[in-house]
Amino acid sequence: MSFPQPADTPVAKPYWEALKRGELVFQRCRHCGESWLPARESCPRCLSPENDWVKSNGRGEVVSWIVYHTAYDEAFGSRVPYDVTLVKLDEGPQLLTNVVDSEAGKRLKLGSRVRLKVESEGDVALARFQLDDD
Amino acid sequence: MRGKCVIAGVGHTAYGKQPGRDRVSLIVEASRNALIDAGVDKAVVDGVLVKMANSEPSFLYGQRVAEALGIRPKVGGSLDQGGAANAALISYASMAIDAGMMEIAIVCFGDNPRTGNRQVYARPRGDDAVYGFYSTAAGYALIHQRYKQQYSVPDAHIGAVAVTVRDHGARNPNAQLKLPLTLDAYLDAPYLIEPMRRDDCCLVSDGAAAVIVMSAKKAGELGIDHAVPILGFGQGQESWDVHLRPDLLRTMAIESGETAFRMAGLTHKDIGVAQLYDCFTITPLITLEDYGFCAAGQAAAFAAEGGFALDGQLPMNTSGGLLSETGTPGLPLIIEGVRQMRGDANLQVGGDKSCIVSNQGGTMHTHSTLILGRAG
Ligand SMILES: [Zn+2]
Repeated sequence: MSFPQPADTPVAKPYWEALKRGELVFQRCRHCGESWLPARESCPRCLSPENDWVKSNGRGEVVSWIVYHTAYDEAFGSRVPYDVTLVKLDEGPQLLTNVVDSEAGKRLKLGSRVRLKVESEGDVALARFQLDDD
Repeated sequence: MRGKCVIAGVGHTAYGKQPGRDRVSLIVEASRNALIDAGVDKAVVDGVLVKMANSEPSFLYGQRVAEALGIRPKVGGSLDQGGAANAALISYASMAIDAGMMEIAIVCFGDNPRTGNRQVYARPRGDDAVYGFYSTAAGYALIHQRYKQQYSVPDAHIGAVAVTVRDHGARNPNAQLKLPLTLDAYLDAPYLIEPMRRDDCCLVSDGAAAVIVMSAKKAGELGIDHAVPILGFGQGQESWDVHLRPDLLRTMAIESGETAFRMAGLTHKDIGVAQLYDCFTITPLITLEDYGFCAAGQAAAFAAEGGFALDGQLPMNTSGGLLSETGTPGLPLIIEGVRQMRGDANLQVGGDKSCIVSNQGGTMHTHSTLILGRAG
């Protein structure tokens, strides 16, 4: 049983390396200021190839979520039911993640505040989140 | 382009399981039936346009299909827009005919994911698989959840889409799934990907379908009296993956519908029946709102009040749609639209109004619209 691995590409390497340090980063365009995830070479707004990796404050809110009741891969067979949650970071970029204390989605609402909780699966560090009750 | 071209004939295979048959053979059978329906000799066909097969995209696929049909087309090839490609190809065929590049086209699609390979629908979704994000259904489930939460929609209202469409399919002898669905049975079924239940999801089918496109003038010369005029068409593409969209509940179907209505010179009150792509129950609801038939957040209530039923305000998917007739994407909806406009549909809806058809692909990534007028 093997856990799925992200593609090992040069453009995404800084993203996954940062998570190993416990940091969530996104790209910001030097030309127009657009921010985005996932990693890409050029700005999707102005097409400039010049951008920086910026550290997120790790805070965001829930846009939507789903709960898997059957596993499509045996790697997740022991985890059902589990959530996959769409989070919008305060800095703008959006990503899919898991909210570790969502109780399989039952505690989630639109706009629920969440904060970063990096967790490892084998050699890969993942940008999971937890509910931010403050 | 309003009314310049027509759909002169339609054909399809049986839907469901077609074990041991390859998709190109299925396409040939559907095309043979469409030619018979149009009363057109294959020798005069000079265009072959085919939608890419979801379960096995392949190089120079249009040529394989044209060869199997024994046609050396002036205009041919395959298009990948997911399920939107069928209506899109009919619009491209119309424009190429209008431009004088060809005269008569077969537009066709076939696939065999049911007995063949349906892995495409369960696939890991790129790097997001590390969070357990798998399958085609998942992206639609994110939209379904957002819709349900943002507008406080009861599950029964979304379930009404499945109940209505399954009722239409149950009365279609050609439907793959002729089992009617009660609202209780809908609500009692387990979640597949919550909030999506089993009956929110369309069928997976082997099968093929084809239509014959030509100019209205040509149809007149050939004496084809049941040709259905293509009054308008449009397209729109969302491009961004679901989780990167700024708004999960609006799509470029808005632009697709506006383009088609403008070309047709029609408004919503001119539409009497709809065939809306129902790969999942949330899809026709978003499409209905994007097309402007009802306000944002109101489509599910429209379904619950019987708006999509045969005697409703806008009868929808009168042959059972993807939820009940066949999961074969797109063309069967167009074929049912053609039959409604001819007046020979299995569950004929009265009146002399027009029909709107939506096709879409990906996770509401691509969209195409056709508006069809009454034959004759
Ligand atoms: Zn830029």
